[in-house]
Amino acid sequence: MFVAWRDLRHARGRFVLIASVVALITVLVGFLAGLTGGLAAQNVSAVLALPGDRLVLQQPAEGRPSFSTSAIDQTIEQAWRTAPGVQRATPIGIVQGRAAAAPSPTAVPVAFFGLPHGSSASPVADLAPAGDDEVGLSAQAAIDLDVGVGDSVAVGDGTYRVAAIGADLWYSHTPAVVLTPTSWAEVDRNLGGDGLPTVLAVAGSPAWDSVAAATHTSVNTPLLSLTALETFQSEIGSLALMIAMLFGVSALVVGAFFTVWTMQRAGDIAVLKALGASTGSLIRDALGQSLVVLAAGIGLGLAVVVGVGMAIDGALPFLLSPLTTLLPALVMTVLGLAGGAFALRTVTSADPLTALGSIR
Amino acid sequence: MINLQDVTLTFPDGDSRLIAVDDVSLTAPDGKVTGITGPSGSGKSSLLAVAATLIRPDTGHVWIDDVDAAALTPTQAAALRREQIGIVFQQPNLLPSLTAREQLLVMAELGDRGRRHRMTVHRRADDLLDAVGLTAHAHKRPGQLSGGQRQRIAIARALVHAPSALLVDEPTSALDHQRGSDIMGLIHRLTHERGTATMLITHDLAHADALDTVTTINDGRASHSDTVLA
Ligand SMILES: Nc1ncnc2c1ncn2[C@@H]1O[C@H](COP(=O)(O)OP(=O)(O)O)[C@@H](O)[C@H]1O
Ligand SMILES: [Mg+2]
Repeated sequence: MFVAWRDLRHARGRFVLIASVVALITVLVGFLAGLTGGLAAQNVSAVLALPGDRLVLQQPAEGRPSFSTSAIDQTIEQAWRTAPGVQRATPIGIVQGRAAAAPSPTAVPVAFFGLPHGSSASPVADLAPAGDDEVGLSAQAAIDLDVGVGDSVAVGDGTYRVAAIGADLWYSHTPAVVLTPTSWAEVDRNLGGDGLPTVLAVAGSPAWDSVAAATHTSVNTPLLSLTALETFQSEIGSLALMIAMLFGVSALVVGAFFTVWTMQRAGDIAVLKALGASTGSLIRDALGQSLVVLAAGIGLGLAVVVGVGMAIDGALPFLLSPLTTLLPALVMTVLGLAGGAFALRTVTSADPLTALGSIR
Repeated sequence: MINLQDVTLTFPDGDSRLIAVDDVSLTAPDGKVTGITGPSGSGKSSLLAVAATLIRPDTGHVWIDDVDAAALTPTQAAALRREQIGIVFQQPNLLPSLTAREQLLVMAELGDRGRRHRMTVHRRADDLLDAVGLTAHAHKRPGQLSGGQRQRIAIARALVHAPSALLVDEPTSALDHQRGSDIMGLIHRLTHERGTATMLITHDLAHADALDTVTTINDGRASHSDTVLA
């Protein structure tokens, strides 16, 4: 790194410029990742917090399974419950609707979940109330309704007492509200549904695929079953595409910069080789230089993302976690180094003979 | 000592090959400046490139002390250069981002030698900056030095790792007569002081008094009537 450090200092302006570009791309990637994470959490955190190892959805005769159309009837439930290897099969109803703080006429959009009280331990199941006249609210539902434990919540013509307020759980951008299966079926029918549960959360280790085939259902891990959520797919898909494109842009920008920079230095590299520099030491110098530039740019960008992310806390769906900050930063570094490695061809192919000048 | 034995070097030239060095045998003893002269295109630089292990000859041996450089891989040749060979190019070929002193220190950074080696090089760098009269300019970058000063730094760099062989290609071609003469005198003095086997190429003999012997090359062939100068 002897020459690399001195080059960095000597050509300060150029390196500051490229590090700033890297920082800007990091800020963009960071914001997109945070926003994606925030939106995703608002979309699916309740689905990921369902009990069980896998989620069973009804497989329609045509097309892909979907949370909005899936209905788990008695036959399906019975087949899964009795399949060898199944420890527990919990039918869960999900439907979006509106709820209001009891005397107030203004309703807010929420997602109703219906599952039995004490069925298993999971953030959603923990909220399941014991009585049919009770309701469990996720954190944001309680805030939106402006109610506390013991207050009343009106849904349709029914009134429910708030029995518990729990984790921050969301489904399709609406906060989760948990009812007993009976109350949920009533709410679903009032909303025009058939009162049949939406998914079956299954715990155990049955022959997943053969039971699914026999019952015309599709079974997936909670994470993979998210593709059955239309809003999730379209939202996250386009954001993820933008992030991927930014990753590509950053690799290209860094690669192009270091390729041009190294080509400009081809003469110096030939001289160093003629003086006896090992190719290894020259490669270390070149990659070390890219790493310094990347670390500076990405570090700065990350600081901005974390700073702004903390400042806007709550104002936007923005998720600040290692998954949305450190992971993209790591990917940027790796891709940037890959771009920088592009320039190494100039290093390895430089002919020390050209340093003699007089000889062609 | 540099000892070239029956060295032939050819370059591809259309369908045939151009013979740049034609069966040359030549010895450059320690502590002497062995001059090589000849018209332009006669193969002087090619011969130097072979002696400097920058290119492998088609046939023949290139002894640097007791190592046959003609038999080395490029990696081994690079290691030999950073340990045993000093090269002064026609242009000073300094690195723009390094100060005069750092141009010398970089010789300790080219391989994987340890701290001891680095300290030795640092000590010798100060000594050599003094020897070429540039201690006062040690912190300057090449852009702030004159042509003659740059060439002096290049000479100091070529000697900082205490090489046994010093190879110099037309060191005065970019300098006026007085500065050229100073540079030649410097090379002569350092060669004798430090006992390096110096091979120096020059196309004009204006500074011939700095050479201990002169061999003339014509069309890649050495005339073996070496002139020993006073
Ligand atoms: N890399 C090369 N490729 C092909 N031909 C070369 C190369 N280097 C030198 N030559 C040819 O070899 C001959 C000797 O060149 P050179 O050693 O540079 O001569 P000098 O240094 O005496 O002027 C010339 O005809 C030159 O054109
Ligand atoms: Mg020449």
